[in-house]
Amino acid sequence: MRWGVVTFPGSNDDAQALRVVERVLGDEAIALWHKDVDLRGADCVILPGGFSYGDYLRCGAMAKFSPIMAAVVAHARRGGLVLGICNGFQILCEAGLLPGALVRNRSLSFVCDLVIARIETTATPFTASCGRGSLLTLPIKHGEGCYVADETTLAELEARDQVVFRYADAAGRVGPEANPNGSLGNIAGVCSAERNVLGLMPHPEYATERLVGGEDGLAVFRSVQSWLRDGGRSRGDEPRVQAP
Amino acid sequence: MSVSAVTADVAADHGLTAEEYAKVVEVLGRAPTFEELGVFGVMWSEHCSYKSSRAWLRQLPTTGPQVIQGPGENAGAVDIGEGLAAVFKIESHNHPSFIEPFQGAATGVGGILRDVFTMGARPVANLDALRFGRLDHPRTPYLVKGVVGGIGHYGNCIGVPTVGGDLYFDAGYDHNILVNAFTCGVARRDRLFRARAAGPGNPVVYVGSRTGRDGIHGASLLASAAFDAGAAAKRPAVQVGDPFTEKLLLEACLELMGTDHIVAIQDMGAAGLTSSALEMAGRGAAGMLLDLDRVPLREPGLTPAEILLSESQERMLLVVRQGSEAAVEAIFRRWDLEVSVIGRVTDDGTFRARWHGREVCALPVAALTESAPVYRRPAEEPARFEQLQHFELAALREPADLTEVLLQLLESPNLCSREWVYRQYDQLVGGNTAVRPGGDAAVVRIEGTARGLALTVDCNSRYCLLDPYLGAVLAVVEAARNVVAVGARPLAVSDCLNYGNPERPDVMWEFQQGIAGIRDACLALDTPVVSGNVSFYNETDGRSIPPTPVIAMVGLLDDVEAHLTPWWKAEGDAIVLLGRTREELNASEYLAVVHGLVRGAPPWIDLETEKRLQRVCLAAATERLLSSAHDVAEGGLAVALAECSFGGAGLGARITVESGMRADALLFGESQSRMLVSLRRRHLGRLRDLARREDVPFTVLGEVRGSSLVIGEMIDLPIEHARARWRRALPERVGG
Repeated sequence: MRWGVVTFPGSNDDAQALRVVERVLGDEAIALWHKDVDLRGADCVILPGGFSYGDYLRCGAMAKFSPIMAAVVAHARRGGLVLGICNGFQILCEAGLLPGALVRNRSLSFVCDLVIARIETTATPFTASCGRGSLLTLPIKHGEGCYVADETTLAELEARDQVVFRYADAAGRVGPEANPNGSLGNIAGVCSAERNVLGLMPHPEYATERLVGGEDGLAVFRSVQSWLRDGGRSRGDEPRVQAP
Repeated sequence: MSVSAVTADVAADHGLTAEEYAKVVEVLGRAPTFEELGVFGVMWSEHCSYKSSRAWLRQLPTTGPQVIQGPGENAGAVDIGEGLAAVFKIESHNHPSFIEPFQGAATGVGGILRDVFTMGARPVANLDALRFGRLDHPRTPYLVKGVVGGIGHYGNCIGVPTVGGDLYFDAGYDHNILVNAFTCGVARRDRLFRARAAGPGNPVVYVGSRTGRDGIHGASLLASAAFDAGAAAKRPAVQVGDPFTEKLLLEACLELMGTDHIVAIQDMGAAGLTSSALEMAGRGAAGMLLDLDRVPLREPGLTPAEILLSESQERMLLVVRQGSEAAVEAIFRRWDLEVSVIGRVTDDGTFRARWHGREVCALPVAALTESAPVYRRPAEEPARFEQLQHFELAALREPADLTEVLLQLLESPNLCSREWVYRQYDQLVGGNTAVRPGGDAAVVRIEGTARGLALTVDCNSRYCLLDPYLGAVLAVVEAARNVVAVGARPLAVSDCLNYGNPERPDVMWEFQQGIAGIRDACLALDTPVVSGNVSFYNETDGRSIPPTPVIAMVGLLDDVEAHLTPWWKAEGDAIVLLGRTREELNASEYLAVVHGLVRGAPPWIDLETEKRLQRVCLAAATERLLSSAHDVAEGGLAVALAECSFGGAGLGARITVESGMRADALLFGESQSRMLVSLRRRHLGRLRDLARREDVPFTVLGEVRGSSLVIGEMIDLPIEHARARWRRALPERVGG
């Protein structure tokens, strides 16, 4: 399969995403430049971490106006897969492809650490091969990763099973001690109503090798591989929740 | 300001003494223009000319088969095999960080990154050596938060991982903090770029940010003078950093370096356009003609002197081949950066700058650099020295509750966890960080190979205060031992020599002693100094900092998978101490924290003994005998044992030791040349043989077991509880 990795001028994790696709997954990687206007046949587009345009204004606020984003939005509207990690998640929220927003960590400090992300739903292409409730140890590294949304949106997200990851402790319990940034409901990642767009703050691409960061992140990429290999059908163990 | 207004008084405002101004007139055969005076002011400043240190720096060993580039370029470079070079340097940004901690520290990181990628190397790791005043000094928490925030801001945004560093608090830094930033990059050894202008007619190209009024006279007035009560008024001389632009500059420069367009490249750091142009011309024995009207400006109305001296960040000066202009412009435009041909290389040996049709500078390049003053300032051992070294162990009372003492040490500012600091740094970006901060040295995989780099910065300034020679020896030795502790072979050093006012004989004496110590230790360990920086005038109102020669050591692992960490791995592993514990508490952290004494000579050191210890450890690591390894340093054996329990699964240890010495000396003394290792029992025989062959004392202390650290009848420390206190101590006191 073909993965497109977008490089905004301030992207920092694009090289790592490309490395994972080519060397760990053995798939085809397409390096996409923010001034490009088409995705060159990518099945799944990764918006990587970093500081897209410096992000002195609001994270991702400028990236949504870049030429490549028009192609990404069109791809998503057609049902194509989009994976936004960290800054990529922020951009997806700014671009309106995902609900909610990411604001300054409650600690007001940048935080780099390992967290445990609990998988809340397997009814997405990104988690279809995983077990519901399973725990992934993944790194986070962000200053603005506190997920917020208004009450109505949060209720809809829950009702439509769009919360994909939550911060949890080693026993899988979700609570304030396990929350690294103040995110509402310990939300670490959400998907779109159509389930083809995922944004998450933890970095699965930095947990794909035993030597550096462990291998828990592979579950996300392997899910996408299987899902596309099976013709794009969800193999999730839950029925897909339809929008009301 | 008219040309005729230049006098010795105006020269003094530019940081030049009356004698130096007379020399300027002599070199030129006339009075300088105002712009020329500005050029002399920065080029002959301590910061740029090393006039007080140059004569002594020549004593340092700088050569060896591993050295590709020694001091004199933007950064040093050593061979790391497979056709690659590690390119690295450490540099101070002390004065700006005290005045404006966030921007001061941020631009310190930005400056050292540019030094490294100017050489053609992609930066792979940052480390920072930080020194602050007492934690209970009212300004310290503000400074700590600002500096840590600034380092994180710049490093995180540009996408280079911050993988380590060191941090000490001492009253000696109350009014002069230290921020020493280190960057290591990796380049192909046949694609290193240098800063030698060549080829008359070749265009000189300005790239990066526009030029503004920030940082003017940073080098001459801020970095080359001591502080007094008016320090805050120097804030406008601090530059402002833009890591996003630097990221663009980094990527654009590396892209250009993949082509054959570049003849020479130099970053615009201290003293800006002036120093980068003059240094490139000087190294290449060439001249240069600059048209200041073509320099991209942030705002109109800058004077030619301001354009020449601005220290605006994120700028580079290139000499490219004739005919390459369009290709170079295309690359920088693609990255949305300023690019402007502002001059050309000439063959008349003169640095000329034109502005509005007038020649504002015409300076002989060779004379300007070669006739720069070199001072052999008087040096004298201070009277306090002998008194400080006096210490009687027998007169020291021994505490009753040693577990309580250990907890007190683990919570003390210099020994508690640094997690609060490094959690604010992106340690992972790049995907090669194998050992994150918190170990003896960081380990970073070398992209595309099975090898790894080990990186550390070290200096115990208490040792240096008590004996500036031995303290410097110990800084080198400990840095090497930290690299060995992760299983790497020490390769080379970059040094950042932080001292007080060199015009004071006692400071000059400390400096000379420090150089001698680094020289002797680096010669013994075969780790040449390939780059570095001198920071003088770390002094406020006549009080100077403790001598602080920070040593950055780079080591190499042939197999990065074989790296070691300090943390216990498995119940039942044997715990062995390699090296001898002497009955010495002098100069220790224990003495300072528990007894309030800064006294005695630093711990005994013998460089042959140290080398033998390091050989045993490296052999054991290479044969994969060890489960863990940890240098025994500040806080002694007890603190080292606790630290081995604090990482990983939080395993405890059962230790039995028999010695005839005082319990506090045994537990908290800082005897050198010791390594604490754990290993499977079946490897004990082999390790004993290796130790015996090198005549290194070998003592089985006990084994990894349980969830407490138990040392005979002396210590019983529950790990979970102690670790929580050790981790909380810093954020509680900084208020983070």
